[in-house]
Amino acid sequence: MLELFNHPAAPEAIIAIAALVLLPVGAFVGNARAALISFLGILVLVAAAIVAGSNQLGVLFNGAFVHDDFAAFAKVAIFLASAVAIYLGHGWLARRDDEKFEFPVLIMLAALGMSMMVSAGDLISLYIGVELQSLALYVLAAFRRDEAKASEAGLKYFVLGALSSGILLYGVSLIYGFTGSLQFADISAAVAGGAGTGAVFGLVFLICGLAFKVSAAPFHMWTPDVYEGAPTPMVAFFAAAPKLAAMVLFARAMDAGFLGAQAQWSQVLMVIAAISFVVGAVGGLVQKNIKRLLAYSSIANIGYAILGIAAGTQMGLQAMLVFMVLYMVDVTAFFAVIMALQRNGQEMDTIESLRGLKREKPGKAIVLTILSLSVLGMPPFSGFWAKYYVFKAAIGAGLWPIAVAGLVASVVAAFYYLRIIKVMWFDEPVSPAGPSRAGPSWVAMAGAAFSFPLVLVALYWLDPLARHAAAAFGLQ
Amino acid sequence: MVNLETLLVLAVFGPLVGAIVAGLFGKRIGNVPSQTVTTGLLFLSCAISWYAFARHTWGGQERFVVELLPFIQIGDFMSTWSIRFDALSATMLIVVTTVSALVHLYSWGYMADDPGKPRFFAYLSLFTFAMLALVTANDFMQLFFGWEGVGLASYLLIGFWFHKATANAASIKAFVVNRVGDFGFALGIFTVFAMFGTIRFDELFPLIPSMAGKTWHFIGQDWSALNLAGFLLFVGACGKSAQFFLHTWLPDAMEGPTPVSALIHAATMVTAGVYMVCLLSPLYEHALIARDIVCITGAVTSLFAATVGLAQNDIKRVIAYSTCSQLGYMFFAAGVGAYDAAMFHLFTHAAFKALLFLGAGSVIVGMHHEQDMRGMGGLRKYMPLTFAAMTIGTIAITGLGWPGVGGFAGFYSKDAIIEAAYAAGQHNNAGMFAFWIGVIVAGLTAYYSWRLAFMTFEGSKKWAHGHAHVADDHASHAQIESHSEPDASHDDHGHGHHGVDEHHPPKESPAPILIPLFVLSVAAIAAGFVFAPYFLGEHQADYWRGAIYGIGGEGAHAAGEHHEHPPQWVVFAPLVVSVLGLLFAAWFYLVKEGLAKRLADNGGPLHSFFYNKWFFDELYDFVFVKGAKAIGDAFKWADKNLIDRLGPDGFAWSSLFSAGRLSRIQSGYVYHYAFVMLLGVAGLLTFAFWLVS
Repeated sequence: MLELFNHPAAPEAIIAIAALVLLPVGAFVGNARAALISFLGILVLVAAAIVAGSNQLGVLFNGAFVHDDFAAFAKVAIFLASAVAIYLGHGWLARRDDEKFEFPVLIMLAALGMSMMVSAGDLISLYIGVELQSLALYVLAAFRRDEAKASEAGLKYFVLGALSSGILLYGVSLIYGFTGSLQFADISAAVAGGAGTGAVFGLVFLICGLAFKVSAAPFHMWTPDVYEGAPTPMVAFFAAAPKLAAMVLFARAMDAGFLGAQAQWSQVLMVIAAISFVVGAVGGLVQKNIKRLLAYSSIANIGYAILGIAAGTQMGLQAMLVFMVLYMVDVTAFFAVIMALQRNGQEMDTIESLRGLKREKPGKAIVLTILSLSVLGMPPFSGFWAKYYVFKAAIGAGLWPIAVAGLVASVVAAFYYLRIIKVMWFDEPVSPAGPSRAGPSWVAMAGAAFSFPLVLVALYWLDPLARHAAAAFGLQ
Repeated sequence: MVNLETLLVLAVFGPLVGAIVAGLFGKRIGNVPSQTVTTGLLFLSCAISWYAFARHTWGGQERFVVELLPFIQIGDFMSTWSIRFDALSATMLIVVTTVSALVHLYSWGYMADDPGKPRFFAYLSLFTFAMLALVTANDFMQLFFGWEGVGLASYLLIGFWFHKATANAASIKAFVVNRVGDFGFALGIFTVFAMFGTIRFDELFPLIPSMAGKTWHFIGQDWSALNLAGFLLFVGACGKSAQFFLHTWLPDAMEGPTPVSALIHAATMVTAGVYMVCLLSPLYEHALIARDIVCITGAVTSLFAATVGLAQNDIKRVIAYSTCSQLGYMFFAAGVGAYDAAMFHLFTHAAFKALLFLGAGSVIVGMHHEQDMRGMGGLRKYMPLTFAAMTIGTIAITGLGWPGVGGFAGFYSKDAIIEAAYAAGQHNNAGMFAFWIGVIVAGLTAYYSWRLAFMTFEGSKKWAHGHAHVADDHASHAQIESHSEPDASHDDHGHGHHGVDEHHPPKESPAPILIPLFVLSVAAIAAGFVFAPYFLGEHQADYWRGAIYGIGGEGAHAAGEHHEHPPQWVVFAPLVVSVLGLLFAAWFYLVKEGLAKRLADNGGPLHSFFYNKWFFDELYDFVFVKGAKAIGDAFKWADKNLIDRLGPDGFAWSSLFSAGRLSRIQSGYVYHYAFVMLLGVAGLLTFAFWLVS
């Protein structure tokens, strides 16, 4: 029995079986027992995370499924983030008397898709993973289907996601046509001496498809609308685990499949990173909605993560992993604060509504301040260390012009994070609108605590783990 | 018998202790204890100095250096806190401590009604310490420390009445002008270190002859290294000793309390430049171009300041310009190689100039802080002792005396300088220039000094009929001029803010003011004939013992160069012109009283030129103050319109502008989004194609 858990695909099997069992169970017990389903979902994801961190490494299904250190690191993070997402989302829905048992099941299916993505060993499993995850996310975006905005967000996400899938598949077909294989290992051998124009074209299509998933500019257009329209806990989920999964997949496709074309994809990724910096930093300046603001923030931050991959070194991959993990913690905690705040039954999701928050909810204001400073990249908060890793790797790989661009972008972006702080601490509260109410937010407080003192301890563990994971591709 | 070295340490650091006690604890221990401590330590210091001076002059005490502590040590650069005792420092020690001790005592009376007494005495003692550190320095570093220390104390004391705007402006002006000089001084020290690798005087001086004629190539030209060093160091001396071009701060420094003017801006600090040039005589003797520059600058200063002094009406300003002029004498004496005469003039000048200043202070107290001489007159009857002291000081400064017989202090030193200039002028044009200017200035000195005495003590009592402050209609705007000190006493006296009138005639000053006047009067009479044999005469070689280049040291060849007897007309020229000056002053201010005022009111161009100090303040205001402002404005404009507009502001603006554009593209329509995505794909494909090909 225990040997089964040691199997390289054991986590995926656990989640798949659990999801398939919980779905009919939920249908029988109904939404009234959604709390139970959510609890079980969390348990399953935590268990899957433990298994993913300890099971045997290996390659299955003729190389279509790869469970290596890189994948294991990502899976643990993804499963834990998904578990937190269920916890947060269930609480949020419960406060609105809108608990649904499909919610945890959908998250689990998305987690399964992400798990497939990070373990994808060929282009078909890549596509299956991406689609499984995406379909779950489309549904989650439109989860509150009575709300016009949420439905609109889900539909936009779906249509544009379909377009990106088309682009991705077109790239896959080109790659298959020019290299003669779908397996990363074979493709890698085919382009070892340098890729031809056709293969590079296919690669660019593939990159564009993946860039959509991580919401890198110029494939970011869906992000602000979906972030604004979709229910907040769903957005909190979108912003964290799927981004990491897509980045890991990105890294695997580039480093395991197209190492021979590094000169080309590195340049393309740098362009994408640069555009993301600009769009993310500048676009956020005029936003009034915090969720929209965080959408632009995530665009800019994905730029930094892509910069890590563009470095093309082991250090760069390590930087990407560290960056994504720290960013996930920050952004989840950020959304947790937003979810916890309410006024007149409405979420306080505009910057205006945070005016004078320090008087009404000093604790929340402090947490939000810490998180803002962290995302801004202020030392000694975790966001600083995240960027530090990336810039160090980028400069180490000789990409200092783009690193400088990233620094400038983070200076511009500092404006909107600082504005949140300024509004909370120095503006007069919006008094007549009624008192604000706050839900429990220990996740947010834990995130804030992590972003300053705990991060130093965490980095002590995270740094070698990420380095070990990044060593999976044998880069220098 | 206590060791002389220990005593000297005590003499130098005693004033520092006094300054610390009065400065830090003055408020707690009260006025009288603070004053007692500082004054007592100063008199102790003074006694030790005289003892040391006597040991040197009559006891055959050899030159020695006490090394106290290492100060700075970086590589080859080494500086040590030390006390150097030789003829020069012995001379300076008695000058500084004596005047300082008397000024401390005098301040008991002068500052009696001032609320900030502990602070004042602390500053005075701090100044004295810095000055003693300066004169006993054995290397350039300590010299510079003392130099800056006296500069600081001077700044603090000029601005002592900090609630007076003019005092603050004057203190800042003094500080800023001195920065210019100190910049040159520091460069000079760097030059010396770069050339010789040492800044210790006793190591440096033997090396100098080997460097004569060495040149440095800089900006396409060869520069004589020694001349360059000499010139740069002299720039420092110019700043501190208020020589031409850097003199503008000294008259304004009269905004400080009068005892400060006497101590710092007449007797001691301003002579530091002269002292340094004399100390560095081995260098200047091998840097003849620099020496000529010293000579000409000194001569021009003495003429300039004397002419300005003719037209001033503020009693302290007249004496300030007189100081400036006398410093010019000392410099041109050094510039013609008569370092001994320069030092002797420094010595005697300290006595009679401190006397004049303290006497003026006594008059100011008597007149209830009125400084304009046009409001005085006829004071002889009311302040007879002050009158006697001032008259002695005036005789001393004008150098009255019969050649071959004797006279007051100034007679010996000034005649020695003029004769030395004449001797040097036989083979040096700069010397001849200095000689003629020296003679002319002797006449001018007599005129303005007697004018001061007559306007103050003789003639009609202008103060008797109401107290109308004479309007200063043609004073320039750039100069700082207030003509009065803050009268801290008027509240206590019960006769309002009015100074003196017929019912409240001026009174003679109290004892603490008169005692120093008496002591200094004796010095002004006797310093000349008592010490002339040692400084200049037959005991000269034994006195200097090599402290001044060529006198009494190993290379005693140059001695006697200026001892050849000059022609009789040269010897009598100073006497004749100073008597002429006296007669002119008497004509204008005694016989035809009011004539000078009428002439001044007619405002001839020459009077206006002198009255406005050759328009130096205007020139500097225009060139430096306005110029700096214009440059500042230009930079401000550039900062706002170029750097800010293209930099932070422009960046912020373009960020916001692009943000607006971006949010317009973010239209909400799916087909727009899809279009952007496809554009992105097309763009990246093009880029990749360009990369591959």
